[in-house]
Amino acid sequence: MSEQSVLYDAQGPRARRRTRIGTVVALVVIAALAFLAVRRLIDREQFSMERWGPLIDPGNEAFDAVWRLIGTGIVNTLTAAAVAMVLSIVLGTLIAVARLSLGRPGRIPLIGLVELCRGLPVVVLVYFGVRVLDDVGVDLSGLPGGQVLWGLILALTVYNMVIFAEVVRAGVNSLPRGQREAALATGMTNGQAMRLVLLPQAFRVMLPAIISQLVVVLKDTSLVAFIANYDELLSQGESIQRNLDNPIQTFFVIALIYVAINYTLSKLAEYIQRRQGRAGRSTVQETDDTELVAVRDGA
Amino acid sequence: MEAVTENLDAYVDGFLTSLSIILWSLVGSLVLGLLIAASRVSPVPPLRRFGLFWVTTFRNTPLTVVLVFCAFGLPELGFNRSFFFFGVLGLVLYTSAFVCEAVRSGINSVPAGQAEAARSLGLTFSQCLGQVVLPQALRTVVPPLGSVLIAMFKNSAVVGAFGVGGDLWSTGATLTSARGYETLPVYIGVAIGYLIITLTAGALLQVLERKVAIAR
Repeated sequence: MSEQSVLYDAQGPRARRRTRIGTVVALVVIAALAFLAVRRLIDREQFSMERWGPLIDPGNEAFDAVWRLIGTGIVNTLTAAAVAMVLSIVLGTLIAVARLSLGRPGRIPLIGLVELCRGLPVVVLVYFGVRVLDDVGVDLSGLPGGQVLWGLILALTVYNMVIFAEVVRAGVNSLPRGQREAALATGMTNGQAMRLVLLPQAFRVMLPAIISQLVVVLKDTSLVAFIANYDELLSQGESIQRNLDNPIQTFFVIALIYVAINYTLSKLAEYIQRRQGRAGRSTVQETDDTELVAVRDGA
Repeated sequence: MEAVTENLDAYVDGFLTSLSIILWSLVGSLVLGLLIAASRVSPVPPLRRFGLFWVTTFRNTPLTVVLVFCAFGLPELGFNRSFFFFGVLGLVLYTSAFVCEAVRSGINSVPAGQAEAARSLGLTFSQCLGQVVLPQALRTVVPPLGSVLIAMFKNSAVVGAFGVGGDLWSTGATLTSARGYETLPVYIGVAIGYLIITLTAGALLQVLERKVAIAR
């Protein structure tokens, strides 16, 4: 309850009574809404085993096929997200280092690139990666996984590498100046100081932001479902519901899987952030910085 | 680039439809997001749990899944509306969770001492909230809320890709599929349209940030 202390004091007897009344009213309203929703679902026979069976009843004849589809979908979604993530961390770090070490003339085109990639909707980038590249004759089908997967990975990489560039830059800038000065004083070159002293520390500070961004990447992989054929989780859901005619049930399960994966990742990020805070190494300023970046591109 | 110049009016039409998706979603997600934020910081436990549930659900579900749920799921339950309505609805539900978190983090960023000082001066709850906490919270909220909203502007393209019809994205789809233009120039035009929206919004946000910035 400590986070509430900004708005009100510990409650006295009268406030407690008001809270209790509020609790009862809120419970009644929520229960009424839930009742209406459930009744509507029952009216429309949304709880019938005909619709749920293939998803939850191992004895159902479609059960195996459905879950095999969902399994492939999960694997494909995770593959695309993981590869895009690794590539964008590597490229993002390179951009950040370039931006930190180049002079003003070298920095301007980089800033332009960052603004351009961040201003475009991801779905437009995905279209460019998946459709336009193919149309202008860029052949990615030789790569393991095929054209669409790599188009998607490229698009997500382009979008996320500039975000990571900003995260890394914020991370490096948040380190005390003395770190770099001490590294240079011991005779390291600029490059060594960056590689051996600044970046490793910056990555520690950034770890929560990196994991939060992984959630965003994971969600963005599903955009390809609207654009091309790649059997990731959402597309698999679409083909399942087209065959079984149970959109609510199928998409409920699909959504549940996304939430389970992403919720675990967000909790992991929170846990790491808390542990770093406790270690007392990172100052408030640092965590604020990375958090801001994470919030900025969260949606 | 003739594909763009020849069809400029189609692009302008699409641009305007995209703007109307954005405006409806802007109003909807701000109102809903504030309501959810209010219930998340309220002293009533069930409301707070409901707010947490809402935020957890919509922050961790892809916008695409929210959209298919609205457009394919709701008609199953007997709610039949246009795709435009479902598209905006999905975007509003999704964005409200992020708006809520931005607002809540703003309220939490006000140092507890501010409210304590206000209360020890004898200010009532509403005075404390209205004259001390909220004015400070609103200023801290501007940068994260602005980013959330710009992200929403970009996400309106997802609604378009889902098939609202008539917006900037569908302009591109029509030109390439029905009229056989090359994808590259057509979608560069689409990209420029979205850049106009996001870069303008970004610039406005910066001006606003500078105006409301406080040194703490």
